[in-house]
Amino acid sequence: MSTTPTLTGARLWAMVALRMLIGWHLLYEGLAKLSNPYWTSAGFLADSKGPLSGLYLWLASDPGRLTIVDWLNQWGLTLIGAAMILGVGSRYVTLLAVLLLGLYYLGSPPLPGIEISAPAEGSYLIVNKTLIEFVALIVLWLFPTGRQVGFDSYVSRGGDR
Amino acid sequence: MSEDTRDHQEQEEKGTTPESGADAQEKTGGVDRRNLFKGLATLPVLGALGFATWGKRRADDTRRQAIIDELGVSGDAPAIIDRLMSRPPSNRINIGIIGFGGEGEAVVRAAGFPRPEWVEARREGARSNSRDHRLAEYLAHGDLNLELTGVCDLFDNRAQGAIDASNCDTRPGGAPVGRGATRYRRYAEMLDDGDVDAVIIATPDHWHAQITIDAANAGKHIYCEKAMTRTEEEVLPVVEAVKQSGVKFQLGHQNRQLESHEKAREVYEKGILGPVTLVETTTNRNDPSGAWVWDIHPDGNPDTIDWAQFQEHAGHDVPFSLERFFRWRCWFDYGTGLVGDLLSHEYDAVNQIMRLGIPKYATASGGIYFYKDGRDVPDTLQVAYEYPDRDLTLVYSATLSSGRGRGKVFMGHDAAMEVGSGVRVLAEPQSTRFADLIDRDIVDPDRPLLTYRPGFKGLDAVTTATEEYFASRGLLFTYRGGQRVSTHWLHLKDWLDTIRFGGEPSCNIDRGFEEAITCHMSTAAYQLGRRVEWDPVQQKII
Repeated sequence: MSTTPTLTGARLWAMVALRMLIGWHLLYEGLAKLSNPYWTSAGFLADSKGPLSGLYLWLASDPGRLTIVDWLNQWGLTLIGAAMILGVGSRYVTLLAVLLLGLYYLGSPPLPGIEISAPAEGSYLIVNKTLIEFVALIVLWLFPTGRQVGFDSYVSRGGDR
Repeated sequence: MSEDTRDHQEQEEKGTTPESGADAQEKTGGVDRRNLFKGLATLPVLGALGFATWGKRRADDTRRQAIIDELGVSGDAPAIIDRLMSRPPSNRINIGIIGFGGEGEAVVRAAGFPRPEWVEARREGARSNSRDHRLAEYLAHGDLNLELTGVCDLFDNRAQGAIDASNCDTRPGGAPVGRGATRYRRYAEMLDDGDVDAVIIATPDHWHAQITIDAANAGKHIYCEKAMTRTEEEVLPVVEAVKQSGVKFQLGHQNRQLESHEKAREVYEKGILGPVTLVETTTNRNDPSGAWVWDIHPDGNPDTIDWAQFQEHAGHDVPFSLERFFRWRCWFDYGTGLVGDLLSHEYDAVNQIMRLGIPKYATASGGIYFYKDGRDVPDTLQVAYEYPDRDLTLVYSATLSSGRGRGKVFMGHDAAMEVGSGVRVLAEPQSTRFADLIDRDIVDPDRPLLTYRPGFKGLDAVTTATEEYFASRGLLFTYRGGQRVSTHWLHLKDWLDTIRFGGEPSCNIDRGFEEAITCHMSTAAYQLGRRVEWDPVQQKII
C-alpha cells in the first residue's frame, strides 16, 4: 500500500468531523439497540430483498442464529462507533464499518424492480443514505485521521502501516 | 486534492510536515502536550453523545412508564403453562381419525403421524435447499404420546394414507414407530372397537354432529373440526350429548393458541380501548384453492369412494359427483361455505378476546359474484351481528376474489386495536381517557401506544416506525419456549392435557355452542334475506 496522505488544516478537520458524525451515528445505533430489550434484527432480515435475501432469511429462521446476528449488530455498531470517535485502530475499524454498511445496503437495496417494504422517509433509486455512508467510510479509510487526532497517535509515531 | 496529497506525501517522506515537526520539537522538550491533546481531542464528542443518550433515555423511560402505569397492562409475554410444554406422562392415548382429507391429514400430522410421502417430500426439500428446515422444525415438536389405532375415510386412497401415517418411522419428539391403524368402513365400527380412546373428526361438516353424538355416547373424547355442525337443528343435540357423557370436547379453532390473542384479551380487559362499539373482521383470499376449488384425486371414482355413505346427513341426495366429494365446501348440502370455514375462526377469535357470546341479531348479504362454477354458497359475504347488551356491532366482511389484506380491528373510543400475529394499539386523537397524556405529548396518536410481537420479549410502549411496520405485517416468526410451534400441535396438546389431567379444553362445548349458533344465524340471515334474532329462552333462531 502506498503511503497514507497526511491531511492538514481545514482538510484534516473536515475529515475528522466526518469521522465524528459517522462514529456518532453508528455508536448511537448500537446503544439504541442494546438498550431496547425488544430490539431484534429479525424484521430486517425477514423482509430482506435483493441479492442476499436468501442468506438473511436463513439467519432469521433460527433463534440461535438470530441471537448471534443480533449480538454482532448491537456490539459491532457500538464498538465500531466508539472506536471511530476515539480514533482507536481507526483503519481496521473503518474497514469493518464499510463491511457492515455494505451488508445493510445489500439487505434492502433500492434497486429498480425490488420493492422496498420498509417505509422510507425519502425517495431513493439505487443510491440511499446507507450507500452514501458506505462510500463516506471508504473515504475515511483512504484518508485516515486517527493518528493525527485520536488515540492512535499514541500507538506509533512512525509512518503509517 | 491529488496535488495536495502528493505534497503531503512528499513532506511526510521528508519528515517535514507541520505536525511531525512540531512533534519533534515537543518530544525534545520531554512533554508531549500537543500530542496528548490530539489523542484526546475527540473524547468530548463521546461525552456529548453519552449525555445526549442519557437524556433521551430518561425521557423515553418516563414516557414508557407513564403509558404502562396509566394502562396497567403487564409487560410480560402470555404465560406458557408449564404443563403445556412439559413432556406427557407415560399413559398413551389411542386415537382414531375420521376423515383424512386436507385438514384431517394436517391434524393427524401435528398429532405425530406424518404420511411417509410428506416426510420424503420435506426431506427432498431440505436436500435441494439447505434453508428448508420444515422437516427439522416439525420433528422438534414434542411427542404427544399417542397411538393412531383407527382410520375411517370414505375414499380408499385417503384411508390408506392414514394407515401409512400410522406406521411412519419418522416422528416428532423421537416418538417410537406406531403399531399401525385398522381401517374401518364405518366410524361406528371404530367406536365399538375398544382400541380407540379418542377421535379426531375432520369430515365434511354434514357429518360432524352425528359422529360427535355417537362418539360422546360411546365415551370417546372428541377433537372436532369447525364448524361444529352444519345446521342449527344439530347444535343442541350435540351439546347435550357431550355434556351428558362428560368426554373432553375440543373444537378445532387452533388459532385460540395464538399468543397475540391472549395479549389482545388482556388489553381489552384492562379497558385500554375504552367503549368498543365496532369490531371488524375479514377474509381476503384470491386463489382457487382458497375458494375450495380443490384438486380432484385421479383415483377418485364410484369404486374407490363410498358415495352412499357420504350422502347420509347431507341436505339432498344427488348422483355421484367428484366435484361435490372433493370440493364439498362449495355446497350448503355439506357445509356452510365462508361461514363455517372462515367466519367461524374470526368469530371465535373475537369471542376469545371479548367473550361476546351469541349476538342478539344478525343480518347478512352477499352472492356468488366470481366463482360461477355451480356452487351454491356465496363467494362474497358481509355479516353484521348486533350485541345491544354490549353496545356493539361485530362485522364480518369477506371476498374470495381479492387478497388485499384487511386486519381484525377493535374500534374503541379511546384506542383502536389491530390483532394479527401481533397486536398494535393506537390511541384515538379524540380519546377521553388519553386526552391528558396526548396534551402532555406522552401519547402520540400517530404512533402505537402498545405493540406486542409474539415470540419476542413482550410488550413495548415505544418503538420505531420501522419496527412497527414489521410487526403489523406479521413478518416475524412465532415462537413458544424459543421454538417455532404449530398451533395445531398446541391445540391438540391443550385437549390431551385435559384428558390426562382434567380441566376444560380452551375451545370446549360451550364455546362450540356459541360458535355454531352465531354461524348459523348468519347463514339463516343470508338464506332468508332478512334480519334474524336469537331467542335465548326458546334456544332458537327466529
